[in-house]
Amino acid sequence: MTEIFGIPLQAFLSQLLLGLVNGSFYAMLSLGLAVIFGLLNVVNFAHGTFYMLGAFGAWLTLQYLGLNYWFALVISPLAVGIVGIIIEKTMLRWLYKLDHLYGLLLTFGLALILEGMFRQQFGVSGQQYQVPDALRGATNLGFMILPNYRAWVVVASLVVCFSTWYVIERTKLGAYLRAGTENAALTQAFGVNVPRMVTLTYAFGVALAAFAGVLASPIIQINPLMGSNIIIVVFAVVVIGGMGSILGSILTGLGLGVIEGLTKVFYPEASSTVVFVIMAIVLLVRPAGLFGKEK
Amino acid sequence: MKRKLISALVAGAFALAPVAMAQQKPAAGKISDGVVKIGVLTDMSGLYSDLGGQGSVVAAQMAVDDFGKTVLGAKVEVVSADHQNNAETGANRAREWFDRQQVDMITDVLNSGVGIATGKIAAEKKKLIMNVGAASTRLTNEDCNPNTIHYAYDTYALANGTGKAIVKQGGDTWFFLTADYAFGHSLESDTGNVVKANGGKVVGQVRHPLNAADFSSFLLQAQTSKAKIVGLANAGGDTINSIKAANEFGITKNQSLAGLLVFITDVHSLGLNTAQGMLLTDGFYWDMDDQNRKWSKRFFDKMKKMPSMIHAGVYSATMNYLKAIKAAGTDDAAAVVAQMKKMDVSDFFLRNGKLREDNRMIHDMYLMQVKKQSESKYPWDYYTLKATIPAAEAFQPLAASRCPQFKK
Repeated sequence: MTEIFGIPLQAFLSQLLLGLVNGSFYAMLSLGLAVIFGLLNVVNFAHGTFYMLGAFGAWLTLQYLGLNYWFALVISPLAVGIVGIIIEKTMLRWLYKLDHLYGLLLTFGLALILEGMFRQQFGVSGQQYQVPDALRGATNLGFMILPNYRAWVVVASLVVCFSTWYVIERTKLGAYLRAGTENAALTQAFGVNVPRMVTLTYAFGVALAAFAGVLASPIIQINPLMGSNIIIVVFAVVVIGGMGSILGSILTGLGLGVIEGLTKVFYPEASSTVVFVIMAIVLLVRPAGLFGKEK
Repeated sequence: MKRKLISALVAGAFALAPVAMAQQKPAAGKISDGVVKIGVLTDMSGLYSDLGGQGSVVAAQMAVDDFGKTVLGAKVEVVSADHQNNAETGANRAREWFDRQQVDMITDVLNSGVGIATGKIAAEKKKLIMNVGAASTRLTNEDCNPNTIHYAYDTYALANGTGKAIVKQGGDTWFFLTADYAFGHSLESDTGNVVKANGGKVVGQVRHPLNAADFSSFLLQAQTSKAKIVGLANAGGDTINSIKAANEFGITKNQSLAGLLVFITDVHSLGLNTAQGMLLTDGFYWDMDDQNRKWSKRFFDKMKKMPSMIHAGVYSATMNYLKAIKAAGTDDAAAVVAQMKKMDVSDFFLRNGKLREDNRMIHDMYLMQVKKQSESKYPWDYYTLKATIPAAEAFQPLAASRCPQFKK
């Protein structure tokens, strides 16, 4: 059998694919962070919490409204987006003129409060959510049996990520956004309602996290800690990709998922640290990140 | 600006631990500082907080209330803290409790890393740890000391119960999925030894980080190994997510999972459809008999969930500690331990219980099987008792001890 670095090709390919699945989550989450940071200059530490809220949103809509996965995929991000609007309008907007640290502390505090509330209410063992009927079963790819649901996660996240990239980089709306990022006062002078754009951007960013949460809910146990478990890695992804770079965060997310997946085969003990080792190297060699520009 | 941002990110990664208030009390009689303080050191917010956490604090308080709230005329108090599954945090808290807050005994101490670190502090300060929550056999072997009692269970007992039963049923090739810290390693090696001793073979293992986000990659490696049994040498949320991913990837079709440390809270969270048929070893099941049901229903009224082995163990440990103080006439740790070795400690939790010379509490353990959905008649009706493992056989024999003091 063909071998790569001492492991069978089949195993190698299947681990690559699994890495891509995890990378999809990193990509969606780091994209949201990048968009928010780009326009608001806020390091959204509550991002993991919104991911958790998204997953709980899916569970709650099933439990209390009896609505299935496909509804949850729309309702949950919308609801979380509204929460985002409220937070932006009532709290975050007072902090834009201050140092990053204030925004970080506020969102970190919010994260602790929301997480604590859910832990109090639901405990940490978590809730279970079934894979929707249409995506049950698995496909034999020759080198591995891939559950259909995991394939759907990759497709859905790629579509969402690249549509976001397209809107921001290639449309007029995106041009306004980018102009707002560059110089808010001047953009406002041209008649663009910048404050509203900022609010909606934040709502969109957190809705993206919630969307990732709904996608994750059939795969892992829905649990109040799921956000804080993943968010530190996502921050590392953003630092590696370069803060504020849209395409950078998508590609880095996918790439690091794959690298992490391969580490799980070669030296599993290091799989939770490999991302941070890469982060340290990138910071030394290219402090602005792989795709970032030094301001 | 970039630099500021990075330092901001780093700053955000640190959270402040809550600091309890110190209290001074006048001395009275044979009780040091005039108060008996029991510290419940547990995982309050992390992946093990459903197994111990607030439930352990409630259980300790129930024991204090049932005992009458005073011993030898001194007041008994319960304090609690979160060790955040961090050995250093736990050790610092233990040191502060013993040095400055008159804590006499610490219990629960879920997490073997924390258990080993705090055990050393107790030995240094001549205080007592009644470890209910941690599983590693190192507590009574390599890291043994006269001030640590290992109370409820250990990896040997789990391995011995579940491992032996599965090999006897024909599951003779094993692959381990192991949590990469003291507890996981200990559970893996103890189970491996049982498997080999009963004629089975261990074909490989993969070590995953604690709190891993995704298990599919590790499970695929288990699948490639072609072992009949995939042994889950992990606990809590890690076990739950392993079982879920194993179902998703169809691994359970050709291979069987052996949950080596599965708590009733895990089964509750997974649901019987996912967990059914699994064999597991437990030290306590709420629905085993009237005695257990009676206590468990009182616990349920307070916590709205049935107690785990750890909750029941914390109650029993606290109760026996207070009884031993009363009988010994002092709260001096050495005297209390000596007293506990002499007296009858059996209660609803400790059936045929005895505190052995090496500070290992031995008692009957139980081999359980998770019921099918159709067999479960009422909430929390989850287990069928397959076998009772007598106290004398359940734990590592004293002759095999690796504790320097008892090494043969």
